[in-house]
Formats: sequence, structure tokens, C-alpha cells
Amino acid sequence: MKSTLKSITSPIVASLIALIIGGIVVSFNGYNPFVVYGALVTGAFGNAVSLGNTLAGATPLILAGLGVAIAFRAGLFNIGAEGQYWIGATAATLVGYNFTTLPGWLHTLLCLLAAMIAGGIWGGVIPGLAKAYRGAHEVITTMMMSYIGILFGKYLIEEGPMKQPGYIPQSPQISPNAWLTTLIPESLLTTGIFIALIASVAVWFVLFRTTFGFQLRAVGLNQRASRYAGIGVTLFTVLSLGFSGVLAGLAGGVQMLAGDHRLLDSFNSGYGYTAIVVALLARSNPFGVILAGIFFSALGTGGQYMQQVSQVPASLTDVLTGLIVFFVAAERLIPMIRDWFRRRPTKRRRPKSPSTQISREGQTSV
Amino acid sequence: MNILTDPQLWASTISMAVPLALPAIGGTFSERTGVVNIAMEGIMLIGAFFSVAFSYWTNSAWLGLLCGLIMGAVISLVFAWTAIRLAADQVVLGMAVNIFSAGLTAYLLDTIFGYNGTPTTTPSLPTVTIPGLSALPFVGAFFTKQSILMYVMLVIVVVSHWLLFHTTLGLRMRSVGENPLAADTAGLNVARLRYLGVVIGGILSALGGAYLSIGILNGFDVNMTNGRGYIALAAMIFGKWTPLGSFGAALLFGFATALGIQLQGGGVSANLLQMLPYALTIVALAGLVGRSTAPAADGIPYESRR
Repeated sequence: MKSTLKSITSPIVASLIALIIGGIVVSFNGYNPFVVYGALVTGAFGNAVSLGNTLAGATPLILAGLGVAIAFRAGLFNIGAEGQYWIGATAATLVGYNFTTLPGWLHTLLCLLAAMIAGGIWGGVIPGLAKAYRGAHEVITTMMMSYIGILFGKYLIEEGPMKQPGYIPQSPQISPNAWLTTLIPESLLTTGIFIALIASVAVWFVLFRTTFGFQLRAVGLNQRASRYAGIGVTLFTVLSLGFSGVLAGLAGGVQMLAGDHRLLDSFNSGYGYTAIVVALLARSNPFGVILAGIFFSALGTGGQYMQQVSQVPASLTDVLTGLIVFFVAAERLIPMIRDWFRRRPTKRRRPKSPSTQISREGQTSV
Repeated sequence: MNILTDPQLWASTISMAVPLALPAIGGTFSERTGVVNIAMEGIMLIGAFFSVAFSYWTNSAWLGLLCGLIMGAVISLVFAWTAIRLAADQVVLGMAVNIFSAGLTAYLLDTIFGYNGTPTTTPSLPTVTIPGLSALPFVGAFFTKQSILMYVMLVIVVVSHWLLFHTTLGLRMRSVGENPLAADTAGLNVARLRYLGVVIGGILSALGGAYLSIGILNGFDVNMTNGRGYIALAAMIFGKWTPLGSFGAALLFGFATALGIQLQGGGVSANLLQMLPYALTIVALAGLVGRSTAPAADGIPYESRR
């Protein structure tokens, strides 16, 4: 219990510090921070439609965030979620506008399956194998695959086999029988949110209640010990990146069936990159990913409203996000500040005994 | 094959290579001392924005450039401090800098310069044409109407190579990246050398960004670096963590992009061509063109025990 509490405080403190700094920044420019943040909250949760939009935006973040979280648990950094997302969307679209004679639910299922397989291949095959057998850093390989995936998708709809005849580079539309049902009218919210929630539970179950998940986490915590214990580290490297890609691809597929319904040139959404931040803030906890996904989606939808109402540019939310990630990464800052506060009164009271002097010198390294 | 004789292609190649080579060499300095730096994208944006902003305020492009470089150095100092002193995860930190910089520059562009963006009257850096050389068949395009920063880049490539591989300082920096414990035992200040590497990296990245905003254009657009910082990362890896290699890789990548633009509308798909730099990087990392290994202690924080 204590450790769960501890692991929640760091992201919360980081978010608070970031919000405070953000408030200072806007007040320098003459805005009232409370009005600004008020607009942000209203925009995200104010009425049913905005709540629906926030949850709808959270869906791909949760799914892709789960993917990134799985990779983190295995000690790997999947930065290519964006490309896997796009590839998943491409695959879903491809299945979506073919096979139109199938019953609705089966068609939807096939689309999502295609998205998952495509994402899994994109993450697992080249980055996974390259890391497992050649030690190629997955940060770079997944990032490169991401760019290749996006360019490939663009190629397919601009000049390739998926181009719909006409002037606008886009794919044919996914047949409506595969679309996900809208939950709150006028909003973007669909049954996709249930897929995201089920996925969270599934990921939690696999990670913490199965042998497979245990082995994956073991590899992430200590590769050497795992190898000694007989766990196939190479296999798990490929599988982790693969499953990571599966979830990111699923995110893309769900987004296609829920929102866009066709592959557009402007599909580049940034969800994949935000998902990384989501997983970081959630500390790779599947349920934390739900909360973090909603949080960052709220920043997005709230930001748009905030810009309309208070004239503060929506890019402020990027500043906040960057600050939050910074303070999560700089987590040693918090015990450091705490120690600094503790040391100040003792400096005057306690006589400088040799033992405290040595321990103090050991701490200051730069 | 007529396209290869088009001087525009070669002019574009070297022009596109500058904002790749500069951050790539910067990244080389950072990573050779052992600090993984994926924040080049963000620092480029910072350099680009503040160069334009100060150029406008001081009405001098050179002062603007100087201030842009200073801002780049400032943010890389923050990055360095957090990575070295707080031993933060360097990849996560780099991402934070990228996201923060993208947001900050967009925010400041809007709040300071408003809807119309940076005024077109902002002074930008001069372009240079060398009379004799610009008449040459292929290479001539390299010397016609290129921003002065292109020549600065060429100088930097040579100086960086000499600094890293032919001076004592360079040797010390490299040793800190390979085996900080040994370097520390030998009496080197690991932290200080790492700060130096990261800050040089930041200044060069900012220079690359400034090239975009006041070198070849004269304004700042939201996200104008458009992923170049990440391509520079790939160029650095493809160039095996050396300045000359980074420059060569940047030229290659610039060529691929320039070719893609020239071919738009006919012939091979531009999108497929643009995949080339990324595919090549994966190939390089997978060791298929000879080993491309990072400095041994790259990314591992070091705490001095002395």
C-alpha cells in the first residue's frame, strides 16, 4: 500500500508543479491563471458533449498508452507508437472498405484484428528482432519504423493501391456496418471506450496474474537474473515490442472505426507520442493509464475551449505536458529538495561530527 | 537521368543537409561524452524561435543569432543538469524538452507576435555566392546563393573533427563517454566534461534551428523543424558518432529529400524515397554496414565516488 501511495505522489506532484509554473507563465502574459485553468476544466468536462469528447480522445491514448506501458515493463522504450498506430489504422481501413458483405460485428472484429496484427508486426518484427539479436537500440528503430509507417500510409493513399479516385488524397470509406456505435449524441464518444477499458483490465491481468506477465516484468527488472532463471530474454524482447505494437495498432483501428472512417493525409494525430507521456505518468500501471489517458485527453479538449474563451493559445497544454514529463523524469528533485529543507536547521544545531561530514560529501557529486 | 544534372537538386541537397548536419554533430558531442540527447528537435525550435525574435527586437540578424544560441545553451544546461546531477532518465528528459520546446515556441509565437506571426521585415542572415566556384558543373550549386551559415557549417565539421579526434580535450571527452570510472580515477572531472558536451550539442542544434528561421527563411512557423532533429539523430548514428560521418549522412539524407521533392509529380514516389534515410538508419543500427556502436557509457549516469 505504501509503495502504491509513493508511486502515485510523484506524478501528482510533478503535475502540480507543472500547473503552477504554467500559471506563472500565463500571468506574465497578462492572463488570469484561474480563469485560464477554469476554462480548461470547463472545456474538458463542462457538459455531456465535451465529457464525451474527452473520453473519446482518451480511448486511443489509453490503448496506445497500454502498449507503451507493456514495453516499459519489459525494460524497453517503444517510441514508435505513432507509426504502429498509423499502420493499425491503415490495416483497419483496408479491411474496412473490403469484405463489406460480412455481418457488422464480424466486420468490426476483423478490422480490429487486422489493426492489431499490423501493429504487432510493425513493432515486433524489425525493432524487436534488431534489438534482440543485434542490440539495436529500440528507441531509434521504433522511431524510424514510425516515420516509415507514416510515409508508407501516405504513399498508399496518395498514389498507391488505397487511393480513392478523386482530388483529395484519401482512402475509400470504411463501410458503415463496421463503424462503432456512438454513445453520447453530438459527441465523438463511441463503444471504443469500452474496448479501451477492457484492454486495461486484460493487460493488468496478463501482467500481474499470469506467468507470461511475470516473466515479462522480470526481464524488465533484471535481464541477467531472468536469463539465469531460464527466461528467454530474446523471445520476450520480441514479444514485448510486438504486443506493444498490437495495442498501438488497435488504438489506430478503433480510432478509424470510431471517428474518421477513412484514412486521410491529415491523420497524423500525435496520439502515439502523447501515449508515451501517458504511460510515463501512469508509471506503466494499466489502471493508471486510464486516469492519465483521461487527463491528457482533457488537456487536449479543454485546451481548444480555453483558446476560444480566454485567448490563451492551446499550445500552453504542450508546455504543461513537457513540464510534467520533465518533473516526472527529474523525480530525484523531490527528495533532494526535502533533504535540503531538512539539512538547513540541523546545520546550526548539530556539531559537525566526522560521520555526518563524510556522508554529506558522499552525496554532493557535482 | 536529367534530374541529376539539375543544379537545383544539388543546391537543395546541401541546403537541406545543414539543419541535419549541425544538430547531428551537436548530438555527437553530447553522446561522445556519454549523455544520450534526443532533445535536438526541441533545442532547434528554441534556437529558431529566439533567433527570429531577437533579430526582430535588436534589428540585427547576427545579434539575433547570438541570442538564439544563448537560449539554446540555457536549455541544454537545464537538460544537462537534470541528466547529470539528478541522474534522470535521459531519453524521457529529451522527450520532455522536445514537447516543452514545441509548446513554448508555439505559445510565445502567438502571444508575442500574434496572429500574423513574425513580421516579414525581420532581418535575416546574408546569402553568399562565390563567383568562380559557382560556375562549376555540379558542385557550382553548392556555392551559389547559399546562406552564410552553410559555410559556417563546413567550418564546424572540420573543427569538430579536429577537436574530438586530435586534441587532448577531445580525447578526454571521449574517454568520459567510454569509461567514466576510469576517467574519473585518472583525475578527469566527468561531470564538467559532460556538461561541455551537452552544451556544445545544444549550441549546434540551436544553430541548426536558426538556419531555418533566419538563414533560409525569415520567420518562425509552428513546428518548423518538422522532425529534422530526429533525422539528425539518425544521421549521427548512421555516421557512427563522428562529425565527418554525421556530415556525410546528412548529405545523403538531404539528397534523398531533395530528390523526393524534385521528383514530385512524376516518376518514383516521393514518399517512398523519403523513407530512405530512416531505412538506412535501421540498417546501420542492425550492424549490416559495419558496426555502428554508441560510446560504451552512453546514457548511463555516473556518480563520482571521490
